[in-house]
Amino acid sequence: MAATNPDNRGLRLVVRYAVLTLIAVIFIFPLLFMGMSSLKPDQQLLSDTSSLRAFLPVGDLSLDNYREAFARAPVGLFVFNSVLVTGATVLLSLAICSLAAFSFTFLEWKGRGVILSVILATLIIPFETIAIPLLLLVSKLPWIGLDGLEWGWLNSYRVQIIPWIADGLTIFLFVQYFKDLPRELIEAARVEGASWFQIYARVVMPLSGPVLATAAILKFLVMYNQYLWPLIVVQQESYRPVMVGLQYFFQLNIAWGEVMAYLTLITVPVLAFYLVLQRAFIASIASTGVKG
Amino acid sequence: MKRLTNAGILAGTTLIATGAMAQTELSMWYHGAGNEVESNILNGIIEDFNAAQSDWTVSVESFPQNSYNDSVVAGALSDNLPCILDVDGPVMPNWAWSGYMQPLPISEEAIAGHLDSTVGRWDGEIYAVGLWDAAVALYTRQSTLDDLGLRTPTLDNPWTGEEFMAALEAAKASGDYEYAFDPGMAWTGEWYPYAFSPFLQSFGGDIVDRSTYQTAEGALNGDAGIAFGEWWQSLFTVGYAPGTSQDPADRDNGFIEGKYAFQWNGNWAGVATIEGGVDDVVFLPAPDFGNGPNIGAGSWQFGASATCPHPEGVADFVEFALQDKYLAAFSDGIGLIPASEEAATMTENYAPGGALEPFFGLSEAQALVRPVSPGYVVAAKVFEKALADIANGADVADTLDAAVDEIDADIEANSGYGH
Repeated sequence: MAATNPDNRGLRLVVRYAVLTLIAVIFIFPLLFMGMSSLKPDQQLLSDTSSLRAFLPVGDLSLDNYREAFARAPVGLFVFNSVLVTGATVLLSLAICSLAAFSFTFLEWKGRGVILSVILATLIIPFETIAIPLLLLVSKLPWIGLDGLEWGWLNSYRVQIIPWIADGLTIFLFVQYFKDLPRELIEAARVEGASWFQIYARVVMPLSGPVLATAAILKFLVMYNQYLWPLIVVQQESYRPVMVGLQYFFQLNIAWGEVMAYLTLITVPVLAFYLVLQRAFIASIASTGVKG
Repeated sequence: MKRLTNAGILAGTTLIATGAMAQTELSMWYHGAGNEVESNILNGIIEDFNAAQSDWTVSVESFPQNSYNDSVVAGALSDNLPCILDVDGPVMPNWAWSGYMQPLPISEEAIAGHLDSTVGRWDGEIYAVGLWDAAVALYTRQSTLDDLGLRTPTLDNPWTGEEFMAALEAAKASGDYEYAFDPGMAWTGEWYPYAFSPFLQSFGGDIVDRSTYQTAEGALNGDAGIAFGEWWQSLFTVGYAPGTSQDPADRDNGFIEGKYAFQWNGNWAGVATIEGGVDDVVFLPAPDFGNGPNIGAGSWQFGASATCPHPEGVADFVEFALQDKYLAAFSDGIGLIPASEEAATMTENYAPGGALEPFFGLSEAQALVRPVSPGYVVAAKVFEKALADIANGADVADTLDAAVDEIDADIEANSGYGH
């Protein structure tokens, strides 16, 4: 067997890095364009789009667009609302969906296969088809709050959170992951006298880091990008999320610099969340083959 | 006994006083979120109204314009509409027919002398009243007219269709412009029916047959409609105008930068054009293609939602807001045409000698509201798609026939929309 030529190996490494760098650049270009454009006046921003200057910090740079964006819309409030709704939904979703998946995977009960199939079948139903019936439903649901019993969930955080907690995709992710866990661990715990909830909490969940990260990131993106649902259930500015807030910037004459500044600001929580969980996310993709 | 009588008087007085002081709240939805100037003016009017009388107090919730109609429809479905609704003129009949709005009990005297296009009427009743209107004109430079040897058209003597096409040909032949004419193809949505259906009407056609509102047959695809469609397509095939792929940046700045000789644009862009350096800009009336020159009309108006128990309070607010000083404030703030001539004289741009004065005359002389029908909201989208397809090379007759079929099917599915 011939030994690998060190020159070829070096060349292959260079080519590999060149390709990877190219891919990285392609992926980072939109972010770069957004960030750079947010620092430029509209006239320059539009004229730069026809050249590579669009990706470079050149010309008349300032933070004016950020200042104008904050003046045009309550950006901080919108980001707070989105982070609150998204964070609460992600946490509750991980808890509820993992419990459901645990039940489907490890507990023996009649009809679980059929019910799981029905839940998975909901994945093919576009949200737009159920938006109006769901709106009619939540507008008449009761709620017990600080002021006692009230009717209707509109204009609240709960209407943006509760309907989105359980979903077929998250349950499916957990079921697929739980199926690959060694059965011996579960059986050993049962022999030791552990209850099913103890097995869920102390055996299964500590081993589920990758799927938790995957489900969290996918759910985060869905929730953070919510537009149609909050648009129809929230009429008060105080509960509006970032994507509805984006519409504040689309006036007759669109101030593109402010749009880019706003987009840059609302992208920060998404990037931060992804960076925190990226190792577990990549590990999960590698182990389950699930792509986001 | 005397003590009891005194207590009774005191209680009664307190009740009357409380009743006199309590203002009934009128909630209001408005489409201006994100527009600081507009919001400030509206908030000022509301503050003045709340302080000027003791019956009502208006509280406003603003929505982004692009998603406003969806929010109202969702609010109507969930029984969550406010008292005062802000509604775009051509959409009003649909909301009235759908049961979202009720007639506005406002007197004719209150709107006497206002532009007709600012009063929203449906089924013989007033449903909404606007504080302003918008108008479209043919933008060009005086120097362009001079260089090309063209006469300046006037309201009394606008260009004929032939003169207009000769002007485009002269601009194209000069080689000084990327395109002779910018109709605004990059602005999709309501811009298409608002800005381009007046050309169709000037040819003698229309989006629907206004005599019955039961069909588009013959109006959209008759001889006049076909003639309009062929003319429309020629703008793009001959190369007079940029097509549907026009860069939005060129739409905003192309005329200012000298890429286009003529531009079809609204009064809202007038000040920006002048400030952009086009100091010899002239706003020309629409050309007459044989059936009279037309421009679109009808902008945002205020009305009462169907669930509002106090339409008289809404009418009080609207009458209050119709004061000339507020019409003028809105006009100065956001550049729109004030609803009355008296208010126009108080504005910076529409007063005699003002930079945008021609637009008020255009509104008075050429404005034609879009079809006043609940079915307009569907017909408008069909019309928009048909015009985009024709601009992209689709067969004119086939495209207009298909559009007629679609509009007629919608009218039939909705049992004639109550006409």
